[in-house]
Amino acid sequence: MTTWPILSVTTFLPLVGALIVYLSRGDDEAAKRNSRWIALWTTLITFAVSVILVMRFDPTNPDFQFVEKANWLATGITYHMGVDGISLPLVILTTAVMPFCIIASWKAITNRVREYMMAFLILETLMIGTFSALDLVLFYLFFEGGLIPMFLIIGVWGGPRRVYASFKFFLYTLLGSVLMLLAIMALYWNGGTTDIPTLMHTAVPRNLQTWAWLAFFASFAVKMPMWPVHTWLPDAHVEAPTAGSVVLAAILLKMGGYGFLRFSLPMFPLASHDFAPFVFTLSAIAIIYTSLVALMQEDMKKLIAYSSVAHMGFVTMGIFAGTMQGVAGGVFQMISHGIVSGALFLCVGVVYDRLHTREIAAYGGLVNRMPLYAMTFMIFTMANVGLPGTSGFVGEFMTLLGTFKVSIPTAFFATFGVILSAAYALWLYRKVVFGALVKPSLASMKDLTFRECLTLFPMIALTILFGVYPKPVLDMSAASVQQLVNNYNTAVTAVKAAALLQ
Amino acid sequence: MSFETAGYQLAPVLPEIVLAVGAMALLMLGAYRGQGTTSAVTSLAVVLLVVVGVLEYMLPAGKQVTFGGNFIVDDFARFMKILALIGSAVTLILSTEFLSDPSRRIFEYAILVLLSTLGMMVLISAGDLISLYLGLELMSLALYVVAASNRDNAKSTEAGLKYFVLGALSSGMLLYGASLIYGFTGTVSFTGIAAAATVSNVGLVFGLVFLLVGLCFKVSAVPFHMWTPDVYEGAPTPVTAFFASAPKVAALAVFTRVTLTAFPGIVSQWQQILVFVSIASMALGSFAAIGQTNIKRLMAYSSIGHMGFALVGLASGTVEGAQGVLMYIVIYVAMTLGSFSVILAMKRNGQALEKISDFAGLSRTNPLLAFMFAMLLFSLAGIPPLAGFFAKWYVFVAAIKANLFTLAVIGVLSSVVGAYYYLAIVKTMYFDEPAGQVDPMRVEVKTVLAVSGLFTILFALFAGPVVSVASAAAKSLF
Repeated sequence: MTTWPILSVTTFLPLVGALIVYLSRGDDEAAKRNSRWIALWTTLITFAVSVILVMRFDPTNPDFQFVEKANWLATGITYHMGVDGISLPLVILTTAVMPFCIIASWKAITNRVREYMMAFLILETLMIGTFSALDLVLFYLFFEGGLIPMFLIIGVWGGPRRVYASFKFFLYTLLGSVLMLLAIMALYWNGGTTDIPTLMHTAVPRNLQTWAWLAFFASFAVKMPMWPVHTWLPDAHVEAPTAGSVVLAAILLKMGGYGFLRFSLPMFPLASHDFAPFVFTLSAIAIIYTSLVALMQEDMKKLIAYSSVAHMGFVTMGIFAGTMQGVAGGVFQMISHGIVSGALFLCVGVVYDRLHTREIAAYGGLVNRMPLYAMTFMIFTMANVGLPGTSGFVGEFMTLLGTFKVSIPTAFFATFGVILSAAYALWLYRKVVFGALVKPSLASMKDLTFRECLTLFPMIALTILFGVYPKPVLDMSAASVQQLVNNYNTAVTAVKAAALLQ
Repeated sequence: MSFETAGYQLAPVLPEIVLAVGAMALLMLGAYRGQGTTSAVTSLAVVLLVVVGVLEYMLPAGKQVTFGGNFIVDDFARFMKILALIGSAVTLILSTEFLSDPSRRIFEYAILVLLSTLGMMVLISAGDLISLYLGLELMSLALYVVAASNRDNAKSTEAGLKYFVLGALSSGMLLYGASLIYGFTGTVSFTGIAAAATVSNVGLVFGLVFLLVGLCFKVSAVPFHMWTPDVYEGAPTPVTAFFASAPKVAALAVFTRVTLTAFPGIVSQWQQILVFVSIASMALGSFAAIGQTNIKRLMAYSSIGHMGFALVGLASGTVEGAQGVLMYIVIYVAMTLGSFSVILAMKRNGQALEKISDFAGLSRTNPLLAFMFAMLLFSLAGIPPLAGFFAKWYVFVAAIKANLFTLAVIGVLSSVVGAYYYLAIVKTMYFDEPAGQVDPMRVEVKTVLAVSGLFTILFALFAGPVVSVASAAAKSLF
């Protein structure tokens, strides 16, 4: 169908951009400006190429498309790329969010700009690669490789406790992933290959399923992050620069959910079924507990970080419900959360750049000086709460609907999260935006600049568009999700029937 | 061409003969012309090593045996020998600065490295316990002297002496083990032992244990690692680079050959020893390195840990395991030589910097050096897509196939602990404030760093051919 390896081009274009940034030597203002522009153009071109993917994508085909295959390591381990309806939205999310990250860093990052832009571009390659790799070893390569640039982004350009946060981020994630690596090896010997489409159709013995599921879960639960292994996230978010937080919330967290969809459910359906109550419990706890924790926060970024954990709880819950609505809702919630939480971190970045504090108590009454900002922040707050008409509502509603069919108690408890999220989000909004503007430090605050509008307004448009008309995303993923759910249910029913016969 | 002596083919030994004759010729050159020839002797030694490497590569393919079976040249030997030769040649190149100091113009240095390399080559090709011991001693005796080559430095002398005393002890144990094995099997040749040792008996197992103790000492595996940190710290840095690369290749090669070809009948006996040794090495290498402040001492613990990882592959006792060991050692040598070239490059006003805190802010004073070192450290920690990840992949994949799950889990967990101290160095270089400028790098150090750094970063691109060569080499053992 295609004559050029469009997926590989999308994946490795940012890497080429990073090389060009590297070659543009110099330390003066001109060089900094150059590297910013090169990075911006690279991300924009990458996005443009990824749009071609969408246009040529056939949403009725549930299988992998744009498949590329080449020899790599000896037997069974190949360079195999491709996307389906589950991974393509995430690829687009990545390419779409990156230009905003670059623009958001335009003025905020002034030292070591070249290295910063290189780190972001390399990170983009690794993220796109994670979503489009169709070989387990290749996937692991991209998945883990992302740790290096993110470690440097938090550690070099982060806040006061950046060293602690970057180490915690790196070691926590690595610890989860090495166990997954062992499971990948076990799957390799079981199936003789690490080719993902092949492994999806390879029978895995029940015993191995359980262990492999747990090992993969260790990695993805940390990445997601699920309660109780979420503690690295607030630290990483608080210390990371604004764009780092955006990437973390919008894309890196989605790797966990993507992993569950791509590996846990299709490859270990029986173990997934067995462990579903366990995941439900963790998700419900995450939704309620982290929402309560969010209520107590004094730091804006920390509050949004905890709310991310709660929202990811809806995703895991929906995925492991194993129903059409649940899984489709999980995918949609990931995309929606990617936009909304990314935008919320950008909103925090806007005031942080002006006042250099993220303490909620330092703000109040911003509406008087910054009406445009107040409006923007409100839309994203409402989306975060899940107000109907915003994209946040669609995802939460679908996951709850999907879960309700499988486990009523989980859906019951998870719904409390919706109420609690309204509590903390509105509380944050009131503290920061409303009230009288009495603090002298706020008296000279300026409203959104053109550059900031450029980053935030497209996201507003998407939030409302997907809230009112979620069809584009749902249609794109529908066929793949349907196939996933069918295979999952077939496997589970087959085992149940066999158990009844005995 | 038919080289023969006393009915034995000499063609397979040709590289070794060339190396021995060349080393002696260079010795004559140095002895008659005095210390002024140091740089000439060193350069010629590098050329000699390259020539020997080419000869080794050009030997006819397939397995050749000579001297009645006690000298074997197969794909495995060729692979390991070329790697050891590269290690020796690179360390000689890295030594030029050390040897250029007027007080240290010692031409014997290069000769000793050559002789030690000759020992390694014999060791790698050893087909019986006699040639094993011969190669091991030739290698080690030269190493003891090289360790003390900075004669006016108390630490260097101490390192040499310590290495000698402990090395002698381990040789004794190895010999004792060899004699027990001979006593209980009635032969010294590996094939003969393999034929005789189909069931384990106490005497044979005793001999095996003592033999493995001697070998563990040479690869500095826990609990026979005690000499490593002191020797690594005390010896001059280029010598440490040498210790960490070529001799490890040879020792690991003979370790692999002995266990797999001489004792395939009693795998379960040596497997449990290797599992213990590799767990202990990985754990100690990871935990003990955390507290280190001297970079060379840290590299010592790092190499202990890495030998533990390499032995994970061997512990599985399969073709895949042997392939894992080969992949591991190739990548390990590249990473180690790269890291040591960074340590050599760290100089301020001519003074060598060995404290980790001296690396502070290196990413701003010397971005390229810092970047290369950071990549090498991430690779040592086993983070993909760098070379170190593939090294770990191939040893652990073998362990998983052999159902050594506990070993694999402990192994990957200790690699996470290990990642902590590698990250701590990256943190010092990237997150901390600069501690001052470093001197510009010398050309040869820069070249070595560039080659090994690019090897590490781009390994994923050319991994395929390396894997197939390693796989062929591993198969030649079975």
